[in-house]
Amino acid sequence: MAKPLKKELRQVETTGHSWDGIEEYNNPLPRWWVWVFYATIVWGIGYTVAYPAWPLITGATPGLLGASTRADVEVEIAAVDAANAATKDKLIAADLTAIGADPELANYAERAGAAIFKTNCATCHGSGAAGVEGKGYPNLLDDDWLWGGTMEDIHLTVTHGIRNTTDPDARYSQMPAFGVDGILDETQIGQVAEHVLAISGQEHDATAAAAGATLFAENCAACHMEDGSGDRTQGAPKLTDAIWLYGGSREKIIETVTKARFGVMPNWSPRLSEDEIRAVAYYVHSRGGGE
Amino acid sequence: MAFLDKHKVIETNATLLMILSLLVVTIGGIVQIVPLFYLENTIEKVEGMRPYTPLELAGRNIYIREGCYGCHSQMIRPMRDEVERYGHYSLAAESMYDRPFQWGSKRTGPDLARVGGRYSDEWHQDHFQNAKSVVPESVMPPYGFLANTIIDGKYIQDVIATNRMAGVPYDDAMVEDALADFTAQADPNGDSSGLEERYGTATFGTPVNVRNFDGQPELTEMDALIAYIQVLGTMVDFSTYTPVANR
Repeated sequence: MAKPLKKELRQVETTGHSWDGIEEYNNPLPRWWVWVFYATIVWGIGYTVAYPAWPLITGATPGLLGASTRADVEVEIAAVDAANAATKDKLIAADLTAIGADPELANYAERAGAAIFKTNCATCHGSGAAGVEGKGYPNLLDDDWLWGGTMEDIHLTVTHGIRNTTDPDARYSQMPAFGVDGILDETQIGQVAEHVLAISGQEHDATAAAAGATLFAENCAACHMEDGSGDRTQGAPKLTDAIWLYGGSREKIIETVTKARFGVMPNWSPRLSEDEIRAVAYYVHSRGGGE
Repeated sequence: MAFLDKHKVIETNATLLMILSLLVVTIGGIVQIVPLFYLENTIEKVEGMRPYTPLELAGRNIYIREGCYGCHSQMIRPMRDEVERYGHYSLAAESMYDRPFQWGSKRTGPDLARVGGRYSDEWHQDHFQNAKSVVPESVMPPYGFLANTIIDGKYIQDVIATNRMAGVPYDDAMVEDALADFTAQADPNGDSSGLEERYGTATFGTPVNVRNFDGQPELTEMDALIAYIQVLGTMVDFSTYTPVANR
């Protein structure tokens, strides 16, 4: 056990202050602390030389290392783009229907398409591409297509969108608001709804449906076809199955006929590049309903 | 040491210590803040940036009132993952007319700096009514009451004038016709030529969105908020923008 230091060795100068007889030793700072402190000052000066720091007349000093987060991200993205460039060029050059036949392209398009879909499309069509039933966001997993389910059709839809005001080539059609615009009265709309219930195999009032059939032929058949099978060139939905965009109940059908629907999809051509559009089109096409 | 002895004078004189501390902090402040006002590369030179229209500005105030910034940022950082998800990183120029900016510091929801035009107005209506109806995993609260709250633009002229006072370059006509522009933007059947002339293609290169944003005949807070959301990040023409190397 070490002996306590002798009194004179512990004797350090005091600061000279005295409060109620209490004095304060003026111990020097530990040597290591002082050197670290000086080192941080030197480091600080070096840092301002190496990195952008001092403001001058027109701009700040750029720093010897040329650090720039904006340049870094460009380099990083350029490196990834360069690595994918060959595949992207191949994807753009490939025939739309031939993408699936080439395993390299198919693999790339599937994965790139999934990332693009989850970033841009999932918000409306759902992260699993099942859409939102009753809200007008179509399910992309089934084979019930509004504007067509071939690669060309999907590619065109993604590129130009549907009923938007930003792309003149957007797919466009408009259902008249039969009730709001006074084309049909309430009774007639009810009869048409009964007919739609009938052709979609739901419970209905046969007398009203029979009257509705004539009205349907006069007002609806031009787009939805005589048998209600729909028309993809006009984006007119098929009415004979159990798949409904805005709901297939009597109330919902009456609401649709009265106020009409106007589903909009943005055009993705300026936001996504051609290879991205092809990738996401392939992804959607390969979800199960592609034709 | 002589230096330390002089230090003692400062330490034992509270007023002097305060004055000198203030001086040191002021120098630090001047070095950090003042250059931002005169350095030419603080704000990039871009084409297309325009002050918000009266309706968009009203929507912006609703955005601030509802505390949207608590969960949504408006600042895409220059990182690959952000750029690939949200689009081009945000430029200082893009928030130069924001009083105050809405960069935010937390993302519970996604970044909104470039959400404009990304989704349809109908989607926004559904989403504000009940976010879970379109995004089942969302935790955003419903804001359906916005569609039931009519706004008459009573104070919109004052709002524009106040922003002008704070340095946003609204001209006399923009202040004077604030209310007319306010109502014109949400009325696709009305005359929006004045609005278009002041904020549109001729002056700033891109047309103003004139639509019935909330799908209802009345002018509601929903109109204003969707008008604001739909213009976010869409103004700058990136085809004419070249990044400066040392930023």
